[in-house]
Amino acid sequence: MVETPPLLRVRDLVTSFRTDRGPLRAVDHVSFDVPRASTVALVGESGCGKSVTALSILRLVATPPGRIESGTIELEGRDLLQLPEREMRAVRGNHVSMIFQEPMTSLNPVYTVGWQIMEAIRLHQKKSRRVARARTVDLLGLVGIPEPDTHVDAYPHQLSGGQRQRVMIAMALACEPKLLVADEPTTALDVTIQAQILELLRELQQRLSMSILLITHDLGVVAENAQHVVVMYAGQVVESAPVRDLFARPMHPYTHGLLDSVPRAKPSASRRLRTIEGMVPDLRDLAAGCRFAERCPLRIDKCVLDEPPLDEVAPGRLSRCWRPQDVQPEASP
Amino acid sequence: MSGSKDLFQPATTAPPIREESVDPEGGTGQRPRTLVATERVAKYFPVRAGWLGRSGRFLRAVDGVSLRVRRGETMGLVGESGCGKSTLGRLMLRLLDPTFGRIIFDGRDVTQSSQRELRPLRRRMQIIFQDPYSSLNPRMTVREIVGEAIRIHKLAKTRADEEARIVELLEQVGMRPDAMDRYPHEFSGGQRQRIGIARALAVQPEFILCDEPISALDVSIQAQIVNLLVELQERLGLAYLFVSHDLKVVEHVSHRVAVMYLGKIVEQGLAATLYEEAAHPYTRALLAAAPQLDPDRKRVRLVLEGDVPSPIDPPSGCAFHPRCPRVVKGTCDREVPLLEETFRGTGHRVACWNPHTE
Repeated sequence: MVETPPLLRVRDLVTSFRTDRGPLRAVDHVSFDVPRASTVALVGESGCGKSVTALSILRLVATPPGRIESGTIELEGRDLLQLPEREMRAVRGNHVSMIFQEPMTSLNPVYTVGWQIMEAIRLHQKKSRRVARARTVDLLGLVGIPEPDTHVDAYPHQLSGGQRQRVMIAMALACEPKLLVADEPTTALDVTIQAQILELLRELQQRLSMSILLITHDLGVVAENAQHVVVMYAGQVVESAPVRDLFARPMHPYTHGLLDSVPRAKPSASRRLRTIEGMVPDLRDLAAGCRFAERCPLRIDKCVLDEPPLDEVAPGRLSRCWRPQDVQPEASP
Repeated sequence: MSGSKDLFQPATTAPPIREESVDPEGGTGQRPRTLVATERVAKYFPVRAGWLGRSGRFLRAVDGVSLRVRRGETMGLVGESGCGKSTLGRLMLRLLDPTFGRIIFDGRDVTQSSQRELRPLRRRMQIIFQDPYSSLNPRMTVREIVGEAIRIHKLAKTRADEEARIVELLEQVGMRPDAMDRYPHEFSGGQRQRIGIARALAVQPEFILCDEPISALDVSIQAQIVNLLVELQERLGLAYLFVSHDLKVVEHVSHRVAVMYLGKIVEQGLAATLYEEAAHPYTRALLAAAPQLDPDRKRVRLVLEGDVPSPIDPPSGCAFHPRCPRVVKGTCDREVPLLEETFRGTGHRVACWNPHTE
């Protein structure tokens, strides 16, 4: 990773929103890299800033009320935040695409799915209708839609949820982007369909050697699909590590708590799950010190007074904690 | 490390538990152990064709299901969207009228009971909804939300009694009394779910339908709510029908589990048995599809092809046969398998012509 520069390099990204109760910094100095042809997972619970980070990369944050205040988002060395809107439009779709959680609402119900994919192709590439249609049929086949030459003329409501998500993926891949931002791509789907879609994404990634920024709250999906994990809490990155290291030994108490509250091994006789007590702090009303301190089992006085920096705590691993070495995983069964 | 490996090995440790042996149904002079039961219950919804017309076709949401929930136990009900699990739950509460079949509550057939007759029973059965945002009236304070049922069922003599009861209920669900005069929007999803639970508990029910109670919540909050439900069950002896698509959570909270597919139960048994010795290919596929927290896990190649078929014209024979990796041509596509015990006395039932037996 040191030799080849990453495909995407995000540094000190700050995105804030105006709200009735004062400004809210949803993304607070977030930095991470996405290497070429690999999957980086951005993990966290609702409100942690993971989706806003994703939208910021594509500059799709609604302004107002939102605003990207500072930072850089470099795609192959070019800072997307400095591009004029016209050039940014060319980046979207051509270089970076996005798929969303809700395939029902992301497609236009009054146009056929083929029309919508063709529109994406013709918008970004000068292609004739006939060529665009042929490419659309190919894409639908690529993402596993049965009888693509018939389904190209289907309306979204005629497809199942899983098929609609496949159509969204086909649309996102229409111009062979180098980076696919997938925001909770399987959250609305049933487990067996989720397995199909994730399998499809892995397959397409290999075939097209594209990078994926996978935004999810599901640690199981992370474990099976990402090479590197970035954990966010209350607008900040709290831990960043290769996937195996993270799951073998979390080095931030929040990551540890998250892993622990997912039922994994055999149920205990008490039928209880481990929890992280308390709630996420209000981003408009932050106390001094570490944002996780109030809920942290490892809290010491220092945590309440000083905010820990995001430091390298082991080779290739970052953690925002004063006591990263004291975070112990439960004895593995 | 995780369950996936164990899943495909026979359980060698635990002796077979005779599920029925702990169920002295009738004859002992006690109250029946079974609190709520359905007997071959079905719910068909007519399918409308075009403008106002009826097509004469039916969507078979629930198709002949017999299920019992015993006092103090959690019956887990899992399946994918559209399998009929929520409809079955609502039939049990008589919130929907069955097309045929019977609903038994505490030994009494309530299938034909009128709303008036049901009124006193409503106090004994409650529901907790999936979405803590839309299931609480935004114009009511917490006091009004939790207190409404107390008033309707005249469970408090004075206002002071009512207030004391609301405070007690809030404390039971881990909320402070000062929440009383606030509105739902002032609370987070997890806290709203606690308010919903307090509302359900207000009438001192014996049975609660938990309909995807944690699906809309964040992981760390899910665990808090699960623990609260388990704690309340132990303290108050509640029976739950815990409806969810999350197999792992169901395994943790349930004593017994039933798996539904296209309106029918395809497998049922003690939670431990079902997860370790899943016999139905669909149950196995569900378990294999759920992602595990293990980056080194060898992915079990059991990705089901295609989508769940429409419950309007379900496939012939076993409804799972078009997607089944173990389909037996000539049998599975022709004849409907019955839900039968794998070994007598284990209570482990499976509806399959070619179940896994290893």
